[in-house]
Amino acid sequence: MTEATPSAAGARFARIAALPMRSIGAIGKGSTGGFFGPFREIADHREMLSLLVKRDLKARYKDSALGFLWVLARPLMQLAIYFVVLGHFLGAARGIPDFAIYVFAGLTAMGLFQEILVGGTGSILANAGLVKKVYVPREVFPLASTGAALFNFGVQLVVLVVATVAIGKPPLHAGLIYFLPALALIVVFGLALALLCGAINVYLRDTQYLVDVITMLLFWASPVVYAWQMVKQLVNIPWLIELYTNNPLTLAVLGFQRAFWVAGDAVEWPGDLMLRMLVALVVGLILLFVSHRVFLRLQGNFAQEL
Amino acid sequence: MTDVTTHEFDVPAPEVIRVAHVSKRFTVRKDSSLKERVVTLGRAGRQHRQDFWGLSDVSLGISAGTTIGLIGHNGSGKSTLLKVLGGIIQPTEGSVTQRGRVAALLELGAGFHPDLTGRENVYLNGSVLGLSTEEVDAQFPAILDFSGVGDFIDTQVKFYSSGMYVRLAFAIAVHTDPDILLVDEVLAVGDEQFQEKCLAKIREFQTEGRTIIIVSHALDQIKSLCDRVVVMDKGKLVYDGIPVTAIERFRKLLADNAVGQARPDQISRALEIRSVEIRDHRREGPAQLRAGEEVILQVDVEMLRPIERWAIGFSVDSSLGQIALASNTDLLDVVLDPLDSSRTIAISFTTDGLAPGRYSVNVNASGISEPTSHGLMNAAEFEIAGDVRSVGPVATDVRIA
Repeated sequence: MTEATPSAAGARFARIAALPMRSIGAIGKGSTGGFFGPFREIADHREMLSLLVKRDLKARYKDSALGFLWVLARPLMQLAIYFVVLGHFLGAARGIPDFAIYVFAGLTAMGLFQEILVGGTGSILANAGLVKKVYVPREVFPLASTGAALFNFGVQLVVLVVATVAIGKPPLHAGLIYFLPALALIVVFGLALALLCGAINVYLRDTQYLVDVITMLLFWASPVVYAWQMVKQLVNIPWLIELYTNNPLTLAVLGFQRAFWVAGDAVEWPGDLMLRMLVALVVGLILLFVSHRVFLRLQGNFAQEL
Repeated sequence: MTDVTTHEFDVPAPEVIRVAHVSKRFTVRKDSSLKERVVTLGRAGRQHRQDFWGLSDVSLGISAGTTIGLIGHNGSGKSTLLKVLGGIIQPTEGSVTQRGRVAALLELGAGFHPDLTGRENVYLNGSVLGLSTEEVDAQFPAILDFSGVGDFIDTQVKFYSSGMYVRLAFAIAVHTDPDILLVDEVLAVGDEQFQEKCLAKIREFQTEGRTIIIVSHALDQIKSLCDRVVVMDKGKLVYDGIPVTAIERFRKLLADNAVGQARPDQISRALEIRSVEIRDHRREGPAQLRAGEEVILQVDVEMLRPIERWAIGFSVDSSLGQIALASNTDLLDVVLDPLDSSRTIAISFTTDGLAPGRYSVNVNASGISEPTSHGLMNAAEFEIAGDVRSVGPVATDVRIA
């Protein structure tokens, strides 16, 4: 057809011929890339991941006048309600100094977990167009909603720190070391459950509603708006308290309070909090690994189920 | 397997895709909510599932630089095969291996986010198709130019016309420098000018040694573009070779499946309608009828199992698919003799009142003494001659004073 044809085509052919034949798609029954294959693939798509995170954030507040300020609207309103109603009407604040900081630390932790889980559960369905159109490692969708959740979390965290400074008690104390393991706990458990629920949700649409209900239960099962010490006083069964305390979310919430609620340095905390958190983190990583495997198994039929 | 290459390249073409004994089973579930799934757990649950093979034992090798057409009637598995090639659907059995960069043009623009601008979507879609941000940067002017979207590039895509949407999506896909391009029925989009542009782009791709796999119903397009055509039927690969022969083969398949064929989903019945023929009052098969003439439907009923009491019914649909006329032995108070051998039933009706136009006839026979039925949709067609002066199946005198 054209003069330039043979060289252009020839170069392409030579390049293609040098490539190895690879199995298409994710790991199926055959083993492509082995154990690390899926991880390498996700790493290869990190640029897309960051674009997806940006898209999630941009699209959410695109047409609103206040834009990203809305990120703060919900947690601040929650804070106001819990502070006024629970703290002062119902008297929870009486036993807890700096109740507002206390509640906001817990809300920030819990909000991150809820956003990762709820967003991740719906993420495959929300991206049905992409899932059906091209092959990309599907883990990027729950990961992208985790990224968006982390951004919102960052904004809230700034507000939290500013608030602690405003009341004259910046979190410059030993307790701050609890922040990182607490954050890791939330991300690991949130992501593990998001992968699992996101994949199941493709097959069973009830999952997203179930997740909504369960996150509400989890919210009240952790000492966000009441104190862990109150639970300890009321419940006299030691194993029940242990069970309650070792809930990874409870540990994470406690970690956040330990880190940012300076007034809490004087109160009683569960023993070996750091050790408990590290054990929970190991359990969480195992759970994350297992749910990723389940995700890979289930994703083979995503395109046809959507 | 025949390997035809009409494009001459001076180097041997490496294989880019190998499909080995690929089968794909689809499971259709009738219960998809948690409640239903729990209620029908276990053995009973299996009755709510229906399996069918979207692809069965398909093997195919594709070498670089070829343009391959996939043809077949609806549900033949051609789109499924394309999705398997793109890695979007995982085969149940067999393996697909591939090398080189793939760009898929399936459901154009499906990955667009309506709230983002065209520009943002270009970057997102580009990265989904495997481009880095720098590569998109470099290609951006070309994409913008090809799409013809112009100043709308910074408008949210939800405000795009469907043509602009598709043009932008196509522009992105063809600028990802794909080694393999998968195209599903999308060349029929946009205005004629844009279609020309797409075809020119595809021809350019061909000379550059890219591999193109096209699914299309436009046979003339397939014929002019492809080096090799694969014909699919009921999930099986029935022909693989040069376009002319493939299209011939496909036409034959279509003819076999067309008018007068029983639908395959009717099972284990006592009777079957073999064929329906149209006769006029002279008992001849007319090409055209005049309004008011009598039409006789000769229905060949085959007995598969003797049946005591049975009924037959028919309907006449206008070309718009509306029922113009329908009746059955029940309404007519006719009792048919027991069906103990195959026989022909004649149903006659007069066509006065039918507006000029084409009509299709559906006939259905069913058992009364035992549940069985068989129907033939579009079993026959006839045409009422005359001037069309009104719309709708009823012909009356319309006057405007």
